[in-house]
Amino acid sequence: METQISSGDTAWTLVATALVLFMTIGLGVFYAGLVRAKNSLNTFMMCIAALGVVTITWSLIGYSFAFGGDGDFIGGFDHALLKDVGFEGTEAYPNVPHLVFFAFQTTFVILTAALVSGAVVERMRFLPYLAFIALWSIFVYPIMAHWVWGGGFLAEGGTLDFAGGVPVEMASGFSALAAAIVVGRRMDYGRQALLPHNTLFVLLGAGILWFGWFGFNGGSGIGTNNNSVLAFVNTLLTPACTLTTWFLLDYIRGKRITAVGAGTAIIVGCVLITPAGGFIAPGWALVLGVVGTLPCYALIMWRPRTRVDETLDVLAAHGIAGFTGILFIGLVAQASWNGDLGEGLFYGESALMGDQALAALVAPVYAFAGTFILLKAIGFVTSLRTTEAVEAIGLDVTQHGEEAYVTGEGAILIAPDGDGHGVGEPVANPV
Amino acid sequence: MKLVVGIVRPEKANDVLAALYRAEVRGLSISRVQGHGGELDRVETYRGTTVKMGLSDKVRFDIAVSDDFVDTTIEALCEGARTGEVGDGKIFVLPLERAVRIRTGETDHGAVTPVGAA
Repeated sequence: METQISSGDTAWTLVATALVLFMTIGLGVFYAGLVRAKNSLNTFMMCIAALGVVTITWSLIGYSFAFGGDGDFIGGFDHALLKDVGFEGTEAYPNVPHLVFFAFQTTFVILTAALVSGAVVERMRFLPYLAFIALWSIFVYPIMAHWVWGGGFLAEGGTLDFAGGVPVEMASGFSALAAAIVVGRRMDYGRQALLPHNTLFVLLGAGILWFGWFGFNGGSGIGTNNNSVLAFVNTLLTPACTLTTWFLLDYIRGKRITAVGAGTAIIVGCVLITPAGGFIAPGWALVLGVVGTLPCYALIMWRPRTRVDETLDVLAAHGIAGFTGILFIGLVAQASWNGDLGEGLFYGESALMGDQALAALVAPVYAFAGTFILLKAIGFVTSLRTTEAVEAIGLDVTQHGEEAYVTGEGAILIAPDGDGHGVGEPVANPV
Repeated sequence: MKLVVGIVRPEKANDVLAALYRAEVRGLSISRVQGHGGELDRVETYRGTTVKMGLSDKVRFDIAVSDDFVDTTIEALCEGARTGEVGDGKIFVLPLERAVRIRTGETDHGAVTPVGAA
């Protein structure tokens, strides 16, 4: 099989892997900008944490649950502890070394776990959060990845999901909803204005995410084939339409075009095209950007009026956008563009739409239920959230003993050999 | 005519504003300050450097009021800022020699009375 390795495909997949890894940093910047200054470091750290914890759980067993077997529901133990993941290609992707395929997939699960944190920022304790993403990256993501990419029942049934409408977008979005419900709302939610502390970070983070998404979508064909090229270009087109449509909706709603809205729109656009990237014509990618914006915009405007403090709107920006993208494939997929993988309703075939609808039905249910159960289980062992006093002080100082914007005024150096830690009792003990 | 200075926790600043609003105290300035009022220090660590943060962020309210409004203002500050823990802050009341409203040139009592309140 070694002779089938393509150096071009391998090179691009390696680059795409690095691009997707950088998305997690972009997400950290985006999320940190959206929260209050006193929680910005903790919020960023929730994304950084996934780079460590999730990479380990995924290497040990998560990858195997996704790609290590042919079960309908879950993979197996064939690749546990990275057994047989080497320089040769796989059956599905003989063109790149298995190691490269593994690394590419790893960056996906890292990003997806980090996405969920948006629902629980500003109040969740850090250690239970680490436990949550460790378990989530074993029991939720890999199962859903297996369904569409690892030979599970959705893949067998014919569902098309190019870069992760099911395991990435709907998984994170509906997990976020469950997490927000289990952890509960912030104490001042609905009572006080809880505003973004740095809107430039929001735009910078969104920009980094879009940049990285070219690797995310463009790399998901595992090579430089037509589907990958199509997805790459569509990743340019759909977010452009989402951004402009968002401008229009913002203008109609408040006569002002907002920057936080623009940052959100970029992400919504990238998510919309994620499942559909390699399957739909560029013209339809433009349409998707316009049409797909509507449900996401509506939910983002409505959600803060509810009692659900799904703080950074992961459900709207990822769950609903992923849902829309998955269904859109069933309408407009064209065999002439996607290499005979499927034809949508508009082109006379109805079977594909049924497969897409099934995915859009089961993914939200599993993600919500899985996350709900995992968090309840962790909550049974330890408290998921901080006390109100800690929430008032902020999570940067209380969880990490550091601040994002530290001036150093009034800081008294504790001699390294002194017993400075014992002086008094710090107010901000990790709680 | 007094200047009421209230130094409160930043996280209580919104509650103080709400309490002052309810008490119909409308003219005020706030500034972010750092201070130390006997509360325990926070210990922070940056790589190998461990420090005690002797100063905490506070929000300072400066409110010029006529004598009738001094007690109302103090009550509102206390109501909004109190948590019961050390570090809730302080209120200082200072005599005020003169006040001028720049727009109209009104002085003293007229200058510290909100527009529209007779």
